Amino acid sequence: MKKFGAISRQYWPTLLLFAFLLASWQAAVTFGNIREYLLPAPLSVWNALWHGDTAWAGHLWTTTLEIIGAFLMAAVVGVALGVAIAWSPVLANALVPFLVFVNTLPKVAIAPLFLIWMGYGIFPNMLMGALIGFFPVVINTAVGLSQVEPDMLDLGRVFNAPKWKIFVKIRIPNALPYILSALKITATAAVVGAIVGEFVASQRGLGYVIVTTQSSMNTSVAFAALVWISVVGLVLYGAVVLLAHLWAPWAEGVD
Amino acid sequence: MTYQAASGPVEALAGISASIGAGEFVSLVGPSGCGKSTLLRIVAGLRPATRGTITVAGRRVTQPIPDIGMVFQAPILLKWRSILENVLLPAELAGKDPAKLRPRAEQLLEMAGLAGFGPKLPRELSGGMQQRAALCRALLLDPPLLLMDEPFGALDAMTRDDMALELLRIWGEKDLAREARKTVLFVTHSIPEAVFLSDRVIVMSARPGRIAADLAIDLPRPRTVELRATEAFGKLNLELFRALTGKTSMGTAL
Repeated sequence: MKKFGAISRQYWPTLLLFAFLLASWQAAVTFGNIREYLLPAPLSVWNALWHGDTAWAGHLWTTTLEIIGAFLMAAVVGVALGVAIAWSPVLANALVPFLVFVNTLPKVAIAPLFLIWMGYGIFPNMLMGALIGFFPVVINTAVGLSQVEPDMLDLGRVFNAPKWKIFVKIRIPNALPYILSALKITATAAVVGAIVGEFVASQRGLGYVIVTTQSSMNTSVAFAALVWISVVGLVLYGAVVLLAHLWAPWAEGVD
Repeated sequence: MTYQAASGPVEALAGISASIGAGEFVSLVGPSGCGKSTLLRIVAGLRPATRGTITVAGRRVTQPIPDIGMVFQAPILLKWRSILENVLLPAELAGKDPAKLRPRAEQLLEMAGLAGFGPKLPRELSGGMQQRAALCRALLLDPPLLLMDEPFGALDAMTRDDMALELLRIWGEKDLAREARKTVLFVTHSIPEAVFLSDRVIVMSARPGRIAADLAIDLPRPRTVELRATEAFGKLNLELFRALTGKTSMGTAL
């Protein structure tokens, strides 16, 4: 673990840039006479976050549930499909072209269909996030399971180790860093999916808040919703990074 | 232990027939692509021979046999396992209780000069140390036959010479009677390495791989660093060099 001093030395340029951008933004709005509904000042976004009449807790809860559900579904289904592909060439031949086809579909275009099939609710939005985020997990799982040194597999064969044992002891740990790096992509994709789902059909959630501010021209609330979305996204992303640190420390660069 | 192999054009080995005595250290030297590594894998039962047979300890090899230890050019240690866990891997793969073999694994690590490195991850060790750990892994289940496929090929020259001495020590050249030692089949590109280590050197010609020479190395054991500077050592090197290249003098080869 790095010391606090080292961390602050590494990140102060980021913080400085962030503070500078916020200050410039505030200055531009204050002195540039930009109208509030076009670009609200950071301070009014701040006010909307804490003092406005939007009930953030409920919306935040709904969207967070959708994002976590989407992420978990993408992870579980993605890993399962990846294992199936790596396990059996027949399954690989059956699944891969189909999955590539599904992945080339613009998922956003399917969202209205989800509304027709499943109506309003959390689940269709979860499904949208999962649909956008599962593909990298499938591919990385399959690749990670297959990219084992041939000599390593020979070693397994010398001891007549059964296929499942090679899978559990060698292939799966080998695939772990690949899976975790795909999950970082999935973490962001799950956020996109949940919000897209809410745009199309919802009665609650941060995406719903953004859509409603369109008609009321309450732009600062839309910005505040964006802040919440990025907080949820960052926390999820950070959790995956932490998971990678705990589960696959060997895959990290040597310091 | 005897082996006899002859296989078809697919494996690019032809008319190879030899037998190796128990406790013998035999090196297989040949140009790249002559089928040395293939032969080693056929002996291990990892590749099928299209023609011919291999017999290890009186049994014909048709599938992988558990009586062998293998060391490859790369250490191929599992990155996520500690050195000790890597050494214990064969026990797990062979369905044995790794806890019971732990003392043996620790003893092997100590013998290989890796005492205290058991809990480390492979990336924390140098290439030479990793290869020594791979040797410990190959020895864990005490196989009577050790197959080594250019095990020192990826190491620098100095480490390589050190490892040759280490290997002979671990093999028990000093401590064990000849019959008690493991039979070793050692594939290498290096003639001096083969001469230094072996009781016998088999030279293979290029594709299709055939046996070009089969030479007994009657240098005294235990082998020492000084041996490399003797006339007898040089003569054997030259003889093998000629067998390998088919040329009569060093000069024409250059």
